[in-house]
Amino acid sequence: MTTVYEQRTGLTRREMLKRSGAAGATAMLVISGSAVIAANRAWGLEVTALKPETMATLIQMARDIYPHDHVPDKFYAIAMKGYDSEMAAKDAAKKDMIEAAIADLDARAGAGGYLGLGWEEDRIAVLKQIEGTDFFKMVRGGLVTGLYNQKELWPLFGYEGESFSKGGYIDRGFNDIEWL
Amino acid sequence: MAAPYDLNDDSVVVIIGSGAGGGTLGSALAQQGVDVVILEAGKRVEYDDFINDEWGSFGQLAWLDNRTTSGNWRVSQDFANLPAWIVKAVGGTTTHWAGASLRFQEHELKALTNYGPVEGANLLDWPLTLADLEPYYAKAEDNMGVTRTNGIPGLPASNNFKIFEAGAKALGYKDVHTGRMAINSEARDERSACQQTGFCFQGCKWGAKWSTLYVDIPKGEATGKLEVRSQSHVLKIEHNDAGKVTGVVYADKDGNQQVQKARIVCVAGNSFESPRMLLNSASAKFPDGLANSSGQVGKNYMRHMTGSVYAVFDKPVHFYRGTTMAGIIQDESRHDPSRGFVGGYELETLALGLPFMAAFLNPGGWGRSFTSALDGYDRMAGMWIVGEDMPQEKNAVTLHPDAKDQYGMPVPNVHFDDHPNDVAMRNHAYSQGMALYDAVGATQTYPTPPYPSTHNLGTNRMSEKPQDGVVNKWGQTHDIANLFVSDGSQFTTGAAENPTLTIVALALRQADHIASQMSKGEL
Ligand SMILES: Cc1cc2nc3c(=O)[nH]c(=O)nc-3n(C[C@H](O)[C@H](O)[C@H](O)COP(=O)(O)OP(=O)(O)OC[C@H]3O[C@@H](n4cnc5c(N)ncnc54)[C@H](O)[C@@H]3O)c2cc1C
Ligand code: SF4
Repeated sequence: MTTVYEQRTGLTRREMLKRSGAAGATAMLVISGSAVIAANRAWGLEVTALKPETMATLIQMARDIYPHDHVPDKFYAIAMKGYDSEMAAKDAAKKDMIEAAIADLDARAGAGGYLGLGWEEDRIAVLKQIEGTDFFKMVRGGLVTGLYNQKELWPLFGYEGESFSKGGYIDRGFNDIEWL
Repeated sequence: MAAPYDLNDDSVVVIIGSGAGGGTLGSALAQQGVDVVILEAGKRVEYDDFINDEWGSFGQLAWLDNRTTSGNWRVSQDFANLPAWIVKAVGGTTTHWAGASLRFQEHELKALTNYGPVEGANLLDWPLTLADLEPYYAKAEDNMGVTRTNGIPGLPASNNFKIFEAGAKALGYKDVHTGRMAINSEARDERSACQQTGFCFQGCKWGAKWSTLYVDIPKGEATGKLEVRSQSHVLKIEHNDAGKVTGVVYADKDGNQQVQKARIVCVAGNSFESPRMLLNSASAKFPDGLANSSGQVGKNYMRHMTGSVYAVFDKPVHFYRGTTMAGIIQDESRHDPSRGFVGGYELETLALGLPFMAAFLNPGGWGRSFTSALDGYDRMAGMWIVGEDMPQEKNAVTLHPDAKDQYGMPVPNVHFDDHPNDVAMRNHAYSQGMALYDAVGATQTYPTPPYPSTHNLGTNRMSEKPQDGVVNKWGQTHDIANLFVSDGSQFTTGAAENPTLTIVALALRQADHIASQMSKGEL
């Protein structure tokens, strides 16, 4: 089972240092055994089929496609976990396809791989090269709902979601603009 | 009290579809004492069960059967199998709709006469006038409870509208208000007033917005003369040797085929399914499909010239609070070729939730320019553009040569190319919309491409002469006296206005015609 869990404790210092990517751009993500863990230990994601490095790369790729600096990695991780649990774990051919696509991304990025590229700009340049591939289209298309349809994400954008149970906005600010 | 009718009862009027056209017609006929069976492909979802969640509601109500697309419209790239955003449920797309209810202008009903021939367009005058429609517009407005008619006050101004109105004034627009909306601004017709929940596109859980689902259909059912048979997907219309239609073949909720006999058949499945049913009913006698001697079935597909303009400001707006469509500017709806195009357009405020904004702002877009727009979501205002598009014969619903649906019937392919007049009008509207928001201090504006079509029109068009179209001024097919078309596919041209009020007015007028012809023994 792929899990995204909160507050994983007991991370050793050695694990903390074994960061994915040499250059420090992606120092937010740590690989430990079969898990990708947030460096601040706020959450972790256990993979069962994909390599954890592959998952870390997918998460970074998701952020690079839809970069929101105020959105924690956890939301990107939730959006991407299905590539492990729903695809790679259930279908060997899909697993190979994903691993091959990430290997290709790393090869295009040069010596340190995709995660080794410190600046978003440089990673975008690599993504531009694969923009027309089915793999990129699948990842980008999937994020539209995988990322933006997470209810827990909405407050970060100021979207309040369901309003019927609260009686609508008739007394809750549908006409409260003051700055005009 | 809903009357169940026997499959072999050949005295009933069978209506296919329960949306704006079919639901209105069925209820109006039943209230005049005519026995009616409405066959509706979708389920019956009552308004308590609607969901305040964009994708959740889409899954609950939208028509998701396969369709294919072609042509140079961007929808064909971005949403290749979703040419339209319409509903499969009792009430049809009147569950999803926003409620804008505008009458056509007189000159629009005579588009060919007033615009003159336009190259590449298949313009035609409607075979009826505004005077013919006016009594039915009045009835429709009363029935639907349209604000700013019948003494019903306008809806209150929301944040999105206030910005729009301030920009409109700065640009010198005069005809700006919170719209003529089929949404209760106060309790009326045993339905509550709008609570500004902001999920009009997901079905109104208060019942404040008009829908055939909870307005017309229950009134029809109460007469004991109307049966609405849900999960009944019509595949074909049958006819006899004399060339009269005799009934319809449909798949019931278990997928079993049934035949419902009929005295009269009225097709109201919206502008893809209505022509598709006629084409799928081809026979030895009618090899090109039913009512298609003109060759115009499926042709002249119109979707309105549309687009949106979103703008981000430096201070909060929260435009998703309140009615999805909260106001209108009508100054550009005139016909004034000095702007570089014929016909006109309306500007109407619009808001989407975050999930739909992400899907529709710039489909396929990614990277920082895309995400910076969404980062401004709670400081965003928005409007939708809706204008007259040109009927073109090549814009057509045809049967796919290979792809079949779950019942083995060919799926529809929808071809659409923008006409140069559509493009010129859209560009004009984009620049007006952006200027409007700039005038009130927008820091960014986003001209946004058309969504999958919400207004689908013209594919069984009305014409004076049988060789020019499919139906006459009553919606009766030129070829088969007891076969009618009762939805937006009858439209000869699209006009600038949102179509539903006109669909409802035409359905009410058709109901009077059918009932009187029946009582005279002519049908
Ligand atoms: C998001 C949105 C907002 C809109 N806002 C507005 C607005 O503000 N103002 C306006 O004027 N219009 C608006 N519209 C458009 C409006 O909803 C349509 O114009 C109107 O509902 C069309 O009526 P209709 O009867 O042609 O089709 P529909 O209302 O779509 O009804 C067709 C019905 O037929 C059924 N059907 C189809 N095929 C079959 C079959 N083979 N067998 C049985 N049943 C079948 C369908 O399931 C459906 O229930 C909006 C639409 C959308 C999607
Ligand atoms: S805003 Fe008003 S009309 Fe729209 S769904 Fe809410 S209550 Fe209904």
